[in-house]
This record gives sequence, structure tokens and C-alpha cells, in this order.
Amino acid sequence: MTQNTPMVEVRNARKSFGHLEVLKGIDFSVGKGQIFALIGPSGSGKSTLLRSINQLETLNEGEVWLDGERVNLDIQGMAYERHINHVRQQMGMVFQHFNLFPHLTVLENITLGPIKLKGMAKAEARELACDLLAKVGLADKVDVYPSRLSGGQKQRVAIARALAMKPKVMLFDEATSALDPELVDEVNAVMKQLAAEHMTMLIVTHEMRFADEVSDYVIFMDGGVVVEEGPPAQLFRNPRQERTRQFLRKHLSA
Amino acid sequence: MDIALIQRIFPYFLEAAGVTVVISFLAFVLGMVLAAALTAMRLSRSRALRFAGAAYVSVFRGTPCLVQLFLLYFGGPQIGINLSPFTAGWIGLGMNIAAYMAESMRGAILAVDHGQREAARTIGFGRARTMWLVILPQAARLMIRPLGVNTVALIKGSSLVSAISVIDLAYTAQRYISSTYKPFEVFAVAALLYMLIVIAVSMLVRLADRRFAID
Amino acid sequence: MQGLDFTVLVEYLPFLAWGAWWTALISVLAGFLSFGMGVVFAVALLYAPAVIRAPVAGFMWLFMGTPLLLQLFLIYFGLVQIGIDIPAIWSGVIGLGLHYAVYNADILRAGIASIDKGQTEGSRSLGFGRLQTLRYVVVPQAVRLTLPPIGSNMIALLKESSLVSVIGIAELVNAAQLGISSTFRPFEFYIAVAAIYYLLNLLLEGVLALIEKRVEATK
Repeated sequence: MTQNTPMVEVRNARKSFGHLEVLKGIDFSVGKGQIFALIGPSGSGKSTLLRSINQLETLNEGEVWLDGERVNLDIQGMAYERHINHVRQQMGMVFQHFNLFPHLTVLENITLGPIKLKGMAKAEARELACDLLAKVGLADKVDVYPSRLSGGQKQRVAIARALAMKPKVMLFDEATSALDPELVDEVNAVMKQLAAEHMTMLIVTHEMRFADEVSDYVIFMDGGVVVEEGPPAQLFRNPRQERTRQFLRKHLSA
Repeated sequence: MDIALIQRIFPYFLEAAGVTVVISFLAFVLGMVLAAALTAMRLSRSRALRFAGAAYVSVFRGTPCLVQLFLLYFGGPQIGINLSPFTAGWIGLGMNIAAYMAESMRGAILAVDHGQREAARTIGFGRARTMWLVILPQAARLMIRPLGVNTVALIKGSSLVSAISVIDLAYTAQRYISSTYKPFEVFAVAALLYMLIVIAVSMLVRLADRRFAID
Repeated sequence: MQGLDFTVLVEYLPFLAWGAWWTALISVLAGFLSFGMGVVFAVALLYAPAVIRAPVAGFMWLFMGTPLLLQLFLIYFGLVQIGIDIPAIWSGVIGLGLHYAVYNADILRAGIASIDKGQTEGSRSLGFGRLQTLRYVVVPQAVRLTLPPIGSNMIALLKESSLVSVIGIAELVNAAQLGISSTFRPFEFYIAVAAIYYLLNLLLEGVLALIEKRVEATK
């Protein structure tokens, strides 16, 4: 493995739901420590693309690579199961609707993966969880059930849960879209902190200001293709494509 | 599979199935009548009647049907009740299922929207007429399915009368299993007949449900 | 026989208590079996390939449409027939357990199907496999959701455990029958048996309420 192996690489990603083609050949690669923002109107395919990186959606065509390892291997059955579970452990995913486990406490939500998948001792897992909770500002919520948390708190726990697996990359799928406006900042703050620590991140978002502030590189998708890409300074302040300009006009005015 | 055996015993099972159907039907009628009375008691204004109705339901649902049958059939003579196995069977089953049916009826009546009651009362209907003209017609629809479930349970539960030597399907099955040592064949025959009865009743319930459909 | 005399019971109380103990034991064992197999059946119905799903569905259909008593006969005599010679009490436990497993499976299947897809995705995204996801995430939630109807099945199971007396297994009803055969006082004995069942029933209802309350606290 060379120095410049990308952390995540997507080559010619194609995906259809029935007759509807949602990804029409997408290519990009994310270097270690880079932060990519995926923006675009709803239905543009950005969420499907993110979800196909950790195989929650399977591509019809194309390749996904994680740190030099092929993710979407063409194998079936148990071998595929073992492979994909192994790969997914190295990718953290944060969902729009948090998907915390309601029957487990905050602590148990975070330690379930490390204990059951990595065989970590309970005490060690607890310590790890407490560190992560302190990091996301929820040290006092260790033994609380998710139903007692606000949306912003739930999402921060979800981030801590993903981080507990010590992932190589974090995938954020509209992490703040389901939140009340006043709760968005606390989640964004945690993501900015991760960015400052050089976590490799792919962020699907509809918040242009946040994308501008936090990302190194922006991909604007529409209709299943990449319309325009580039550093945020260029894409947000000097877009070349008319479609990008139209989209930004609508979303930056808000 | 011993097909010859099945052919040989089938007529006896057909006859026994008749007993199962008749005893279930009699128990059903008794159960419905008792359940209606119990429901009226539980919704009445008299505290004593409410308590008596609730106590009946609690006791009969809180103890095994088999024990109730044994008490009636074997214990009855001690208090001057001498019943044949068949009579003790359908009366015992009917008294038991009445408790469950009463729960179904009460649930359906309570499920009718409270606004209906208020609307009827505002028009000037009294308590009884409100119940009879407004609540019950709507509740009837709601109780068909749960009463259907009770009835299917009653048919399967009717097998318990075999324990007080009523010659029904279960009794016949037990006798042939222990005399032929072919449990699978005998089970298959008895199961088929129980299933046919249960399916027929389920179809009747569905028909009734559609017949009384409001929407 | 003239008049009722409940004092005859006093002498037999330890005997009835012994019967009640066996009733409780059989019910608890069958209860656990019905729960475990209920989960297995439900998962098989939802996720197994057709070669497994079809026989499970057929078995459930058969066991839902026929009386428990008939199933007890089948298992009691059938096991011997296919060369499995185990103590009678186990055929009682297996019969009761399988019968209620079918009803539990019916409930659990609906419960599992109702768990939000996001729960599975959350678990899979952490790297949990299909079965692990069911075990740690989906089934525990489905069980919490379906606790009240499964509790009613357990209450029904306790009462229906009386049926194993018909295949000669020693429990409460059987104990009473032995007492009756020497005293000729069925009325008194069956009243006592009914009372004991009623108490066991109350006890079980209390335990179920306690469990539900504890689970409610986690919501």
C-alpha cells in the first residue's frame, strides 16, 4: 500500500431502482483526513451514493474501495456476510433519524459494538464510551435511555457510537436534517471537532454554510451525476455550471 | 402412512365429529346467552350486579376449564347435580366460554366512541334506549371477530369433554391411538376433521363480519 | 354421599402442594420452551429460505387448528413410536411448549416485522451480521413490544398445563385425582384445585405486571 492510497474511492458507481437510474456513473476519491461534502437537491442520488459506500445499498456496477480494500466484492452468502461485516466495522455511519437502539442505555448503545464485535472487556468499553461521551458533551447521560434525550443529544450519542468502533472514515447521511433548528449547532460542533482531528469524513448535507465551513472538497450532484466539484471556495463562490448557480441561489438565500 | 387403517377408522371419526359439533354448538348457545347476561350485569348501575358479573368472569377465566368440567361432572352429584357426561360437557364448556365471550362483548361496547353516547343522550334518548338503538348496533359489528376467536377456541377446547368420557373426536382419537399404536395416522384423521370444523366456523365468522360491515 | 366436608383436605394439603409445585415447574419449563421456540419460528417465518419456512408455516397452521389435547396424545405416543423414549413429563412439557410456541411465534412475527428498518441499518452499519442484529437489536425490541399478548399466552399455558394430567403426568389435577380415589370427595378436591390455580394465576399476573413495569421504565 502506497502513501497515496485513497481512504475511500468510488469508481463508476451505477445504481438503479427498477427503471429509475439514480446513480449514472460516479467517480471520486477521498484522501486520508479529507472532508468531502456531498450536496444536491433531494433525489439527486447523494444519499444512495453514501449508503452504497458501506453497502446498505448495493451498486449495480462500479467499485467501492476502503483504504486499499475492495468493499463491494462480487461474492455471495456467508463469505459476503463475513467480508461486509468486517468492512463495515471500519466505517462509521450516522443517520438522519439517529437509529439509536431504544432498548439499550446510552452506554450500552455505544459499548454493544466494541464488546460483541471486537471482544473488548466491559470495563474497557465503558471507559471508552465515557471518554467519547465526554467528547460529545454528554458525560452526564451515560445510563439514560435514548427516549429521554433531545434530537441533538441522540445524534451526538449516535456519533459516539460510530466512533467507538474506531472507524477509518465517518459517513454522515443528513445528520442534522431531522433536528429542530436550535439543535443543529450542537451536532455541527461535534462534526467540526472531528474535522479538526483529521477524521476522514463524507458528509451528505443540505446546509451549504456548514459544508462551506467544514469541508475540503465539495461534490454537487444532480440527477445521478456529478455536475460540478471542487474546493468550497471555488464551488460556492465561483461556480462554473448554471445548474450549480441555480441550486446555490435557492439554498444560500435560505 | 397406513391408508387402510385410516379408511377403516374414518366412519367412527365422522360420527365423533358430529358429537364435537353438537356439543360445541350447544355450548356456544349457552355461552352467548350467559355472556350477554354477564355483560349486562357488568355494565349495570347496581354495584352488587357489577361485582357478581366481574367475579364470575374472574373465577372462570382464572381456573382451568378441565377443572371446571371435573367439578361439575364428578363433584356435582355431591351437591345434588347429576348430569350425564354429554350434558355436563356442554354446560361446563358453555359456562367457561361465557366468561371469555363476556370479555369480548364488554370490550366491543366500551370501544364504541363516547361521542355516540353523548349524541344519543342529547337527542333525548334514555340510558336503555341509547344502549339498544345506538351503542349495541355498532358494538355488534365490533364483537363479531373476537367472538369468532372465542368460538374457535371453544371448538378446540371441546376436546376436554373426552376427559369426562364423552365420545367426541378427541376421545375417539385417544382410544384408537392406544389400541392401534399408530399415533400419526390417527392424529391425521382427527386433525383433518377438527380443521374442517374450525375452517367452516371461520368462514361463517368472516361472512357475518362482511354482512354487518358498516363502511 | 351426604353434605360437603372440606376438612378432609387438611390431611392432603402437603400432597396438593406437591402437585402445585409440579404444575408450576411444568408451566415454567414449557413457558421457556414456548418463548424460545416462538422466537425461532418467528425468525424462520420472516427470514428463512422457503425450504424451512414452508414446513414451519405448515406446522404452525396445524398446531393452531387442532386441540392441545390431541397434540399431547400425538407427542406422548408418537415419540415412543419413533423410538424416543423419554419420561412422560417431558412429552407434557414439549407438547405444551410447542403449542404455545406457535401462538407466541404468531405474535412475535408481527412484532419483529414492526421494528423500524433504521434499527437494522444502524446495527448493520456497525458491522453486526444478520443473526447478531436479530439477537441484539431487533428481537429484544420485538419482545418488549409484544410482552402483553405473550403474557396472556403464558397465563393460558399455566391453566392448560392441567391437560397433561390426561396423559397421566403427575401434577396438581393428578394429585387431586389420587386424593379423590381414596376419599371419594371430588367436589372438595376440585374446589381446592381451582383455588390453587386461581392463586397461581394471580401470582403469574403479578410477575408479568412487574416485568412490564420494568420494561416500561426503559422506554
